[in-house]
Amino acid sequence: MNKTGLQLQQVTIRFGGLTAVSQVSAEIHPGELAGLIGPNGAGKTTVFNLITGVYAPTEGNITFGGAPLAGLKPFEITSRGIARTFQNIRLFGSLSVFDNVRVAFHLHLKQGVFPSLARGPSFHREERQLAEQTRQLLDIFQLDRVRDEPAKSLPYGDQRRLEIVRALATQPQLLLLDEPAAGMNPAEKVELMKLIQFIQDRYKLAILLVEHDMKVVMGICQRIHVLEYGRKIAEGTPSEVRENPAVISAYLGQQPDAAPVQS
Amino acid sequence: MTELLQQVINGLSMGAIYALIALGYTMVYGVLRFINFAHSDVFMLGAFVAYYTARAFGRWGFVMGGYLGGIAILLLSMTACAVVGIVIERLAYRPLRRRSTLTVLITAIGVSLLLQNGGQLVFGVNPKAFPDIFPSSTLNLGGLVINSNQLVVLGVAIALLSALHWIVQHTRIGTAMRAVSFNATAASLVGIDTNRIISFTFGMGSALAGAGGVLYAMNYPSIEPLMGNSPGLKAFIAAVLGGIGSLPGAALGGMLLGFVETGVSGTRWSTFRDAIAFAILIGILLFRPAGLLGRNRVEKV
Amino acid sequence: MPSWLNRSQLLLMATLAVVGIAQSLSGRLDSYILSVAMGVGINIILASSLNLINGFTGQFSLGHAGFMAVGAYTAAVLTGRLAPQWSPLFGGQVFLLFPAALIVGGIVAALAGALVGAPSLRLKGDYLAIVTLGFGEIIKVIFQNLEFVGGAKGLNGIPDYSNLLWVFGTAAITVYTVWALLNSSYGRGFLAVADDEIAAEAMGLNTTRYKMVAFVVGAFFAGIAGGLFAHLNNSINPSGFDFNKSIEIVVMVILGGMGRHIGVILAAILLTVLTEMLREFGDYRMVIYSVLLILLMLTRPQGLFIWPTRKAARRQNA
Ligand SMILES: Nc1ncnc2c1ncn2[C@@H]1O[C@H](COP(=O)(O)OP(=O)(O)O)[C@@H](O)[C@H]1O
Ligand SMILES: [Mg+2]
Repeated sequence: MNKTGLQLQQVTIRFGGLTAVSQVSAEIHPGELAGLIGPNGAGKTTVFNLITGVYAPTEGNITFGGAPLAGLKPFEITSRGIARTFQNIRLFGSLSVFDNVRVAFHLHLKQGVFPSLARGPSFHREERQLAEQTRQLLDIFQLDRVRDEPAKSLPYGDQRRLEIVRALATQPQLLLLDEPAAGMNPAEKVELMKLIQFIQDRYKLAILLVEHDMKVVMGICQRIHVLEYGRKIAEGTPSEVRENPAVISAYLGQQPDAAPVQS
Repeated sequence: MTELLQQVINGLSMGAIYALIALGYTMVYGVLRFINFAHSDVFMLGAFVAYYTARAFGRWGFVMGGYLGGIAILLLSMTACAVVGIVIERLAYRPLRRRSTLTVLITAIGVSLLLQNGGQLVFGVNPKAFPDIFPSSTLNLGGLVINSNQLVVLGVAIALLSALHWIVQHTRIGTAMRAVSFNATAASLVGIDTNRIISFTFGMGSALAGAGGVLYAMNYPSIEPLMGNSPGLKAFIAAVLGGIGSLPGAALGGMLLGFVETGVSGTRWSTFRDAIAFAILIGILLFRPAGLLGRNRVEKV
Repeated sequence: MPSWLNRSQLLLMATLAVVGIAQSLSGRLDSYILSVAMGVGINIILASSLNLINGFTGQFSLGHAGFMAVGAYTAAVLTGRLAPQWSPLFGGQVFLLFPAALIVGGIVAALAGALVGAPSLRLKGDYLAIVTLGFGEIIKVIFQNLEFVGGAKGLNGIPDYSNLLWVFGTAAITVYTVWALLNSSYGRGFLAVADDEIAAEAMGLNTTRYKMVAFVVGAFFAGIAGGLFAHLNNSINPSGFDFNKSIEIVVMVILGGMGRHIGVILAAILLTVLTEMLREFGDYRMVIYSVLLILLMLTRPQGLFIWPTRKAARRQNA
């Protein structure tokens, strides 16, 4: 990603009568770990869907590295360097853990139909390389031990981590994580956040993280964007956001770090 | 001019029949989200029930040829078809409620094959001449030739469509039906017995198909076990054209298709009739998949 | 063994060799048995190629018979009507002319597959099923109206070039192709598309392209199967390639367990033989067939040939 990163300009989307995201502008800088927070139904997942081309904005523009993403198919956006995980896990359930990751190297494959049929030396070389890269990625998240299990048979937490591994395999510059710690216990959460910081550093990633646990978000994010009812109500460093009255009232007048964990 | 009027009348009566069948496809799709392939064979059964009842009536010395006799035959066919529809749903589709679309679709195709081939065994493969169950005469209005049967078709179709509209909009069970097709899970959460609604829907759809079968046979006076294929297909296309799941859409689609078809027949394209119908279907699915009156839904991710 | 030849390729060659031997001995076989055997082989080609589309890629095509028709007519016209023009190119040698005709038939069918695939790929589930069914029927109607190929009566007197070698050789190549295509990092994409299209797109897979490849490759082999069928049966007509034929192939794929190589082959064998046996029942044949189909869907929708304990392991080598 070059200097400009990801930019949302006045992005709006309506579903029938419902304006799920309204006039949202934001910028994610290269290499930054940013948070996206807001109560349930605020439009966080919808923002991810807009960025990745699953939905087209009703109004507004999204650019990445200075180039507009409008009209690109989701796979083309991924090829520009944006990868994501899904809040409601969408692994390839019947594929093995290993295959889930290896498939995601697709953008960087040299092989195709005919090499698969001819299975010459370069085909085998590439397959060996991919297997090794896949193994390394799985290792980081300690998933190599279950590499042959079908993804759908994994425990919930492992499935969430596998989604991250799979997204990493596309070799993104920007990674969108939609509640990656949902359903985990506090210890697992801490563990996961360490891993997220580790991969951010190791792969020089920008990360946009949706997470409900304020302690966690405040702890690791450099910058936080806050949504409520589809509008952006605040943006700033963790301490700025923590003090922001609009944010406090959005969380029912509670202290942000006492906000209930929502699914 | 008279020729055009003639075409309009032909188109209307054909379209009315398509509309009746299309409603069955659309109602079932509404509540169960699958295409009931066997629907067109229930249509065929309707014609056969009418055929055999008419013969039995004749043998027992009932007054034949009166309007009452015709209506009695029509109602009997509709009832028989409703029962068949409910039984099919009970035995073949209900056990598959949570299975993939593919499984259900193949089962429906199996039921359709069974009805067709069973029909060939029981009724024989040769076409049978369909008797006049309503008094039949030809009216000549200044060069415009109308078979009274066409008027009966239109009259019956309009009566049934109005009845259906009333049931769906103004009765408890109709409201429940709309609720189930809007959101089946939510409907069952508020205490609607979805299975009962689904049975009812199948019954109604099949009764309409049965009526369609009788009316069709009156205008095309010979029937055979595979007779459902082509009108069934057209009716399905009509349902998609109107927007599957939408009742007014099915009626509109049926009428449109009836007109297109009468327009095409008599030209040199008539042998391509089915292909043209399919081309329309494909065109719609590609360019306006929600149909003319249907609503587009965005998949939630 | 040379390093570039792996086990699967050796298996393919061994199969081809066995088929060659069988062919050389086929003179001693009963001609009825021989024709049933070839029917089995043709159905293996049809079922395996449809398995790529419906089983592995998770699409739902009901138009396979249409592609078969395109290949059948193309090959039959080439070996019959057009033979005088172009058979000299091959020195009039059947063993060159026939495969060339088959391949051209396959290519034309693949083009039809691309034509059908391109617009259909925006649709899913039963809508896709209906549209492919529609295309299949349109293909049939077109042949019915082409006087050049006999209209509704079809073509007769097609030379009986099909034999065990061509049929089972092609079947082996089809099975190998589908297998090899799937057993690669590229090929795992077909399965990913079947599992979750939205996730597949998000991982950078061009799902439209994958579906297109499945349609084109599937149609290619269906076309070749059509050519083999024409030169086995010696006559073809449009209604032989109708909706019911497509259903027959779909049923093989479902019986075989959707996306299982061996299961689908077994199902193709079983159903072909069963259909032959049901002939005895005359008029009851189709009734029995439909009842079996319904019962099967109600009791074993996952297919007949699933070994649950080894399921995970099999998926791995799928
Ligand atoms: N495809 C869709 N169709 C209709 N409404 C949608 C769709 N996607 C999201 N919404 C609505 O948009 C709003 C925001 O949802 P979402 O982005 O999932 O919130 P969050 O992720 O912040 O909890 C919700 O009211 C949701 O119901
Ligand atoms: Mg969300």
